[in-house]
Amino acid sequence: MTSEYIYKKVGSIVFGLLSPRVIKKMASVKIVTPELYDKEGYPVDGGLMDIKLGVIDPGLRCKTCNCKLKECPGHFGYMDLARPVVHIKYVKQILNFLKYTCRECGKFLVLKENLKGKGLKGFKTLKDLGKCPHCQAKQFKVKFEKPSSYVENDIRLSPIEVRARIEKISDEDIKLFGYDPEYARPEWMILTLLPIPPVTVRPSITLESGERSEDDLTHKLGDIVRINQRLFENINAGAPEIIIEDLWDLLQYHVTTYFDNEITQVPPARHRSGQPLKTLSERIKSKEGRFRYNLAGKRVNYAARTVISPDPKIRFNEVGIPKSVAMELTIPERVTSWNVEWLKELINNGPKKYLGANYVITLDHKKKKIAEETKEQILIDLIPGCVVERHLMHGDICVFNRQPSLHRMSIMCHKIVILPGSSFRLNPGVCTPYNADFDGDEMNLHIPQTEEARAEADILMQVQSHIITPKNGYNVVGCTNDAITGNYLLTDGLSFTREEAVQILYSIGVTDFSTIKGKNIEGKDIFGALLPRNFDFIGNSRDGRIVKIEKGKLVEGFIDKATIGEDNGTLIRALYAKYGEEAGIDLLGKLFRLGIEVLLRNGFTTSISDTDLPENVVSRNKELTFQTEKKVEELIQQYKDGKLEAMPALTSEETLEKHILQNLNSLRNKIGEIVFEHIQGENSTILMAKSGATGNILNVVQMAASVGQQSLRGGRIRNGYRLRTLPIFEKGSLSPLSKGFVYGGYRTGLTPTEYFFHAMTGRDSLMDTALRTPKSGYLYRRLSNALQDLKVEYDLTVRDANGKIVQFKYGDDGIDVHKSEGGKINVSKIVKEVMAYG
Amino acid sequence: MVKSVYEEYNILPQKLIDEVRDEATANKLKTDEIRKVLERVKNAFDSSQVNPGESIGIVTAESIGEPGTQMTLNVFHFAGVAEVAVTLGLPRLIELLDARKEPSTPKIEVYLQKDISKDAAAVKKVAVSIKQTKLGELVEEFTINMTQFRVEVYLDKKKMRDFGISENFVSKVIEDTLKNASVKINRDFITIKPKAEQFELKELYQLREKCRELHVKGVKGIKQVLPVKRDNEFIVICVGNSLEGVLDIEGVDCRKTVTNDIFKTEAVLGIEAARQAIINEAIEVIENQGLDIDIRHIMLLADVMTSAGSIKGITRSGITGEKESVLARASFETPIKHIINATLKGEEDKLNSVIENVMLNQEIPVGTGLPSLIAKMRGNLK
Repeated sequence: MTSEYIYKKVGSIVFGLLSPRVIKKMASVKIVTPELYDKEGYPVDGGLMDIKLGVIDPGLRCKTCNCKLKECPGHFGYMDLARPVVHIKYVKQILNFLKYTCRECGKFLVLKENLKGKGLKGFKTLKDLGKCPHCQAKQFKVKFEKPSSYVENDIRLSPIEVRARIEKISDEDIKLFGYDPEYARPEWMILTLLPIPPVTVRPSITLESGERSEDDLTHKLGDIVRINQRLFENINAGAPEIIIEDLWDLLQYHVTTYFDNEITQVPPARHRSGQPLKTLSERIKSKEGRFRYNLAGKRVNYAARTVISPDPKIRFNEVGIPKSVAMELTIPERVTSWNVEWLKELINNGPKKYLGANYVITLDHKKKKIAEETKEQILIDLIPGCVVERHLMHGDICVFNRQPSLHRMSIMCHKIVILPGSSFRLNPGVCTPYNADFDGDEMNLHIPQTEEARAEADILMQVQSHIITPKNGYNVVGCTNDAITGNYLLTDGLSFTREEAVQILYSIGVTDFSTIKGKNIEGKDIFGALLPRNFDFIGNSRDGRIVKIEKGKLVEGFIDKATIGEDNGTLIRALYAKYGEEAGIDLLGKLFRLGIEVLLRNGFTTSISDTDLPENVVSRNKELTFQTEKKVEELIQQYKDGKLEAMPALTSEETLEKHILQNLNSLRNKIGEIVFEHIQGENSTILMAKSGATGNILNVVQMAASVGQQSLRGGRIRNGYRLRTLPIFEKGSLSPLSKGFVYGGYRTGLTPTEYFFHAMTGRDSLMDTALRTPKSGYLYRRLSNALQDLKVEYDLTVRDANGKIVQFKYGDDGIDVHKSEGGKINVSKIVKEVMAYG
Repeated sequence: MVKSVYEEYNILPQKLIDEVRDEATANKLKTDEIRKVLERVKNAFDSSQVNPGESIGIVTAESIGEPGTQMTLNVFHFAGVAEVAVTLGLPRLIELLDARKEPSTPKIEVYLQKDISKDAAAVKKVAVSIKQTKLGELVEEFTINMTQFRVEVYLDKKKMRDFGISENFVSKVIEDTLKNASVKINRDFITIKPKAEQFELKELYQLREKCRELHVKGVKGIKQVLPVKRDNEFIVICVGNSLEGVLDIEGVDCRKTVTNDIFKTEAVLGIEAARQAIINEAIEVIENQGLDIDIRHIMLLADVMTSAGSIKGITRSGITGEKESVLARASFETPIKHIINATLKGEEDKLNSVIENVMLNQEIPVGTGLPSLIAKMRGNLK
């Protein structure tokens, strides 16, 4: 297909200074007047908005290239400066030129034979030499006076004199400074001509009132032109030297702030409102500058963003999108003789009816909007080769992303499902890689527009290809929460009637019921029914017991987080390894839905009564607490008596703290053991902790019994008042209560002091998070900037952009962590397989 | 017979072969079974090789940067019950990657030679000999004798015995260090007198302060030593970074003693050791935080930092600042400085790394952008 543009690749970019000749050559107009528009509002010829500099008004044509808005890239102009001024960014270089070259003959002040490859720095003393070794002229010390003037013998050198001096430096000598005379002649650092940037880089905005508001750069350039004109007039009128010099300095000031408005010792040029102007340097710099905002980061079309919500019924690699989004985003579909009828139907539906089309791009690249009025003509003109931008539909490919995009699993490819509602729907199983939750998170969706982009997204970016993280080779997608609890219950003794079993299996997409026989079906058999028949597996559950699957049947053990969960779910791994990505994600999806379906039918609730403790447990806890308190008291007494033996490198105070902390921590653990012993069994909260779905035993203990010691910076709460933490305690008190031990559980409630200490640690962790985020963000930015060019070459060496070898073989063995099992080849597994099955 | 089976597969890393051998002996595998195992290991190995073009740098950056957001800011940590506090967590990782000249908590783990490493008393002796001792620590009192114009030093006899230092030794050290003072041993005290005929009283006070800070014995800069039992042998943990000094001490096992100061490691043991030190230190931080990052990522990072022959930090003055591409440098930090310098030298940006091509909307030379075709053209290209 023909294309309107000829694409060329930029081979390289050379940086250099603009010489006056080049400035004149690339300019399309000479700027002579500070006026912008005439009475009719038409740009003045020779003004800063001259139409030869490019167009920013729709309808007008550029006088230089005869192109319309958006087609004309803009053209430079130039301006004659009445007197030369110093380029503020090169003041240091100019100073060096003045310092190290002869003021008479312009030659380098050191003889070549004395240089011998030493840098400039070695010759600092030589400026006091006094005489030029070439022409014997006497030399004086040149001083730099901020921001932009040079002084010799207490006489200020004007830019004209400076320019005259550094003009004399030969190309050979410039090379001695380390500069390239072809690109950076010193006299070019003193400006005699000023290039005027095209209007397209400083567009004016028309306000609602019809008034024009000019860009900061235009303002600044206006100042320069105005002063320049006055200077010209005064010189021509033969004004006194003082007036001319004042104006000259003013011109220097304006040109300086035009380049950089944040120079120390130069008052920034301001708007009438007092806000500093944003001139050239500020446009380039910082996060909001040209480089990081516009060049390294780009805005795109064909994207959508909205709130996300969960839908466990869709597949892992699907995303539910609302119809309103589907009708706004489009996919370009090329008309061929095979799809022309279908596309005509879509065009007929138009933009307002779902599964329609919004635009048609004709063979001559004209984009036509489909509307009721234009529909008929478009249908007539539709021939193979046109492109129809049709609505999104089921099965289309999109790229889904949640910020912060910290790893590659933050941007994955999903297949589209159209769903009612106004939010993006995703399977809760992929929350982990995106680090998403549903408390109001929003996510972005992009529609790749070219065949190449779609192919790459489809082949390389789909969820099933990113189940295993390259960070450590474990899976980041797996069953979570209810999916684990459900499977745990199912495989740990639940049973259903055959009818129920069939219903469960059917609802998760299993249609082969031949493995479940008999009236009463064991949960393990239901679980086995969705596994492939030839699947064998040996693994361990969380408590280390063996889980064995033979020929697609769970023959021993039960399923929990260790087998199907995130982060090294061994069963998921095995399924993946054996059946590949496509079937793997399908099976994983089924496992997930099975868990949820089981809970749906069986019922599963966690309630406050889960934290009920029997009378004897409560008393045993009390007893334990009492004992520990006593022990702590003893320790304190020992310390007070000076009998406590200090541990090495610690004072006796620190030793005491350590001992107390140990005792109190072990108290909570002991309580935990007792609680766990007694409220095992049919307790949903414990069950969730045991199966690894959510929470742990500690959470239960904190609810049911005691929250335990609040620790701040690795110790107990430190004294904030004199000798005590809070004024209600005795001075010098070291008791658990006064140092942040919380006796109460969340259920019984906390006393005011306990609550206060608890809030202290809570605040501390909030602060930690708030302070950590920018630090780690910066670390990450530096890392990715430093390492982004490294790639594996065809010979498996790791090299940087210039081919410099960093590693001869990636990781010494060339193993890709993403493809390995936790970064290793699992030899013992292979041995076991060989022994068992040959 | 069995040996040859392993030799057939010697393209595999030695570590894998050893692993197979161990497993084979443990399970009493027959030769053909071993061959089968090896074949499968080789298949697994081959299929897990990296793809050429893999943008491994970004993968590494992500793998380290992402867990970084989960690290705590908790600065200090006491590993074990009574060890020295060291900086860990995110601050330590930042410190490592910045390649700061000195760690905020320098530490040396001194391993001892086999014959003494299990003898607590002998270990303590070595520890004492490592610790730097200043004169101030051995002295009961410094007095200034106005009438005689001298400083009198009363030594603490008990401490002297503990440290195993004699009066003569102290006086000799003082004499050697203070060139312009004469030292004399009296019965209870040592006198120090400036050699100059004329001096002011102020100088005497200065002299006294100087004496207090005078280095008597041990390794300079080692402020604290702590013998600790680790894996049924004693090691000495030292606060300080004077690795070269510690290695000189008798009884120290030079092959195992390490410091957490990567620049010291480089200076004393060379760049390869520094690379390993970076890896070890990073792993310690990561494991301490309960995170799991594959060692390959850290290895690559350490290689990048050291491959130029000296340690370079991941900073604008380190790795990133030394990139060839002007645009790549400019897009990171201080863009104007980089562009100004580029114009002076007439630098050419060859556009062969990632970020410049992103800027210009061109294909990037990694991943799927890496392969290119060489085509034979007939006729002229329009």
